[in-house]
Amino acid sequence: MSTSTQGARAVTAADSAAAWRAAMEQAKLRDVEFTTLSGAELQPLYGPEDSGLDPERDLGYPGQFPFTRGVHASMYRGRLWTMRQFAGFGSARETNERFKFLLDHGQTGLSVAFDFPTLMGRDGDDPLAKGEVGQAGVAVSSLRDMQTLMAGIPMDEVSTSMTINGPAPILLAFYIACAASQGVDPKLVRGTVQNDILKEYQAQHAWLVPPEPALRMITDVMAYCAERVPQWNTISISGYHIREAGSTAAQELAFTLINGTEYVRRGIAAGLAVDAFAPRLSFFFDSHLDFFEEIAKFRAARRIWARKMRDEFGATDPRSWMCRFHTQTAGVSLTAQQPENNIVRTAFEALAAVLGGTQSLHTNSMDETLSLPTEKAVKIALRTQQMIAEEIEVAHVADPLAGSYFVEAQTTRLEREALRYFEEVEKRGGVVPCIESGYFQREIHGSAVRYQRAIERGTKKIVGVNCYREDDGAGPPIEIHRIDPKSEKEACSGLAELRRKRDSRAAQRELDAVRDACRAGGNLLERFVAAAHADCTLGEIAEVLRQEFGEFKEPRIL
Amino acid sequence: MISWAENGDARFPEALAAVYPRVGRAWRLGVTGPPGAGKSTLVNELARLLRAEHLTVGILAVDPSSPFSGGALLGDRIRMEGHAGDPGVFIRSMASRGSRGGIARASIDACDVMDAFGFDEIVIETVGVGQAEYDVVSAADTIAVVLCPGAGDGIQAMKAGLLEVADLLVVNKADLDGADRLQVDLEDALLLRAQQDGGWRAPVVRCSAGTGRGADDVLAGVRAHRRHLGEALRDERRRAKRLQQVQRMVSERLSESLWGERGWRAAAQALLDRDRTPYNVASELLDTLLGGIGARASGPHPEGGTEKEVGLS
Amino acid sequence: MQRKIRVLVGKPGLDGHDRGAKTVASVLRDHGMEVIYSGLHKTPAAIAEIALQEDVDVVGLSILSGAHMELFPRVREELRARGMGHVLLVGGGIIPGDDIARLEEGGFAKLFGPGTHTDEIARFIREEMEKRWAKERADV
Repeated sequence: MSTSTQGARAVTAADSAAAWRAAMEQAKLRDVEFTTLSGAELQPLYGPEDSGLDPERDLGYPGQFPFTRGVHASMYRGRLWTMRQFAGFGSARETNERFKFLLDHGQTGLSVAFDFPTLMGRDGDDPLAKGEVGQAGVAVSSLRDMQTLMAGIPMDEVSTSMTINGPAPILLAFYIACAASQGVDPKLVRGTVQNDILKEYQAQHAWLVPPEPALRMITDVMAYCAERVPQWNTISISGYHIREAGSTAAQELAFTLINGTEYVRRGIAAGLAVDAFAPRLSFFFDSHLDFFEEIAKFRAARRIWARKMRDEFGATDPRSWMCRFHTQTAGVSLTAQQPENNIVRTAFEALAAVLGGTQSLHTNSMDETLSLPTEKAVKIALRTQQMIAEEIEVAHVADPLAGSYFVEAQTTRLEREALRYFEEVEKRGGVVPCIESGYFQREIHGSAVRYQRAIERGTKKIVGVNCYREDDGAGPPIEIHRIDPKSEKEACSGLAELRRKRDSRAAQRELDAVRDACRAGGNLLERFVAAAHADCTLGEIAEVLRQEFGEFKEPRIL
Repeated sequence: MISWAENGDARFPEALAAVYPRVGRAWRLGVTGPPGAGKSTLVNELARLLRAEHLTVGILAVDPSSPFSGGALLGDRIRMEGHAGDPGVFIRSMASRGSRGGIARASIDACDVMDAFGFDEIVIETVGVGQAEYDVVSAADTIAVVLCPGAGDGIQAMKAGLLEVADLLVVNKADLDGADRLQVDLEDALLLRAQQDGGWRAPVVRCSAGTGRGADDVLAGVRAHRRHLGEALRDERRRAKRLQQVQRMVSERLSESLWGERGWRAAAQALLDRDRTPYNVASELLDTLLGGIGARASGPHPEGGTEKEVGLS
Repeated sequence: MQRKIRVLVGKPGLDGHDRGAKTVASVLRDHGMEVIYSGLHKTPAAIAEIALQEDVDVVGLSILSGAHMELFPRVREELRARGMGHVLLVGGGIIPGDDIARLEEGGFAKLFGPGTHTDEIARFIREEMEKRWAKERADV
């Protein structure tokens, strides 16, 4: 190229690309790793050739297969996401007050957090429960407790999400029995019970019985609700706990959806038509710090699920193809140091969830690394959602980031990585064998250790922890919520009174009926509802299950 | 006391001497096999069965130390926690600490201690099918090798030679595909094995420890072996193993002493630096120790005769 | 050869969150320690029993459920009842500042809050054990 003609020649796209690449080579770059939070390499720039996208096949329209752009046609123009703050602590009475507070302040759905004894199927007066009653959530041991929890709250008007897994069918029975006692038609009862036992074995470890009987109980719940409580979401297939246990975004995405397909398989094997129960399956994801990776993850989830449901399981009802999900901002991203910073982290994570098209959202409170949140902190968390909904105008447009070269490339990447995990699990014999061999657990643990090392080496920066530190001094500068030690006493005396007042023979008969159903078959949820009405306690029913089915033994991971 | 043994504490030999008369009552079962075969689960089931017969059980779970950091994650007992609170079950985890001789010694010591303290049955569990694992389980009265279908386990075990010494072969996870094949392969391999111990034919037992099925067959196999050996053969084997233990301890201590305080490392290095062959060096050092026996002790290639032409092969 | 530090990482109570416990266990192993992990859902008595059988030097407890003021002291009592009162007792998880102070006054050498560097935990344990062993040798 002679210099005399250079000025006159038009600059081609190839020239621009070359020029940019040359500039990048010259540029002095910051000394950080240019990866996503999960460790995936990031290019400095994304262009049209990077997205791997076939718009017609891969994008479609909101409310249409493959739902990449959202599960509803009108998305947030039609209806905002549900602002559903998780709450629960102490006694049923105290939690009932917190519920009413939140409903008064504009929350649109209830979400119940249970204490550890309840999560593990133990009554408040069980010796193993000592010191833990009402600590991490509310103690519910019987129908009476459920009635106290929901007192004065119209169960045909609110939607309630119950975060419980191992003994979920029993707590659901309490809820159904409670609605009946309020005179509410079960067809109007709305809500979700997490009931996702597979991820318990993989990540959260709040199991009750081994996988096979647990899956049987889940299909019993699906069958019962399909017929009698049709608006109830029977499982909230969760990735949140998997992510919080240390997995990458791709693992969270993959393992959640793999678990989902296992539940579908089991439902079908139990004789249910896929379209009879699949529309009521919902999901629960984490929203972590990597803004764009999370948005891409949500979009990939919808696309993968739609394709699996329609093309592999042959579901024909479009509602079976929809990956509807609740999101919670990442608890694990909060720091104890400089807690006010957590308000900002939560805001970013919440925004990612909204731009990712979530159906409902819980935002964490700033003080949650220290203990359960105070009223003040919870209010700020709720206001965060309200500001996103009302002030920054992002809710007017569905899937606003579609077509972004970067976001589409990430969506495609996560989809591919997730599908590789599907193959891997298939190769290893399926979900339950992988749980028993510890495959999922080892994958998650590996990611957790890598992440921890990155933080400690300083390659992953966390403000206030490994950069911009302050001398925090002794104790936090903010007040923290203290559990009233009376909660345990209240729970114990409540149980004593219940056992005294009830017809013990009727209660025993119902427990025997549960035992029979364990052995001979029959819908266990139906038996649990009858047992609830007879004032059997959670611990009593769970004990029958433990005796009949055994307890799960964790495999060796370390 | 086990800690003293592990750490080579000077108090251990005397403490052992004090309780040694009580050693020998317990039957020792060694369990090894490739990772993932379900050994810990099986050991847990065996313990459960033994407890049901009111027998007490001491379990030693050996795991490898990291060659990089020297540390170890001792996680076997997690699979055996059904016995929490049961004073009739004692579980001790031990790391190999990188020294084959060391762990072999320490594991025998630990079993002697458990034996002396009155446990009826002792189980030593380790992982792998190599020489190091053999060293650990060889002091046991009955050696069981646990395999499971898939991953070419059977072939590896056969190549490793541990199959030669196994008194009992267990096909665990027998509900999986490939169990039949594995059983057949193992039975075939056993036919080719040299006879041992007065005609004992090692049985291949199937079980599915995760579901609790078949563990009683494994226990039956161990007992059959015990009955077959009877007292005479058992005592003979034990005597031989004790002798081996002494031989190992002597070699180890001698080695440590010579290469350590006696300064042989420096001396050998100096001789090698003067271009002497390793045989020369070894002979010379041994001469100083054994006085004149050195020449005979230097092995099949006597020194000297350098003028004679010798071909490559 | 350097004397090995034996550590029991314990999860008392019904809380099933073991990410921290397992991460710390892995890191301590990388620092050359021998780590026994108790597994989930253990009672204080069970943890103490494991500590006794394994004759550990250190017991580290992890809890995120808020029940630490009930469970941690009970572990200490159970250890003492078994003659294991000498072990180095540490813990971590979600523990507010004044509870940390109370536990440290009550026999826990150190409580580590969220965001603690795992290397710091390893260093603390090693330094403490070196001090103790030096004292042992001096006393002999």
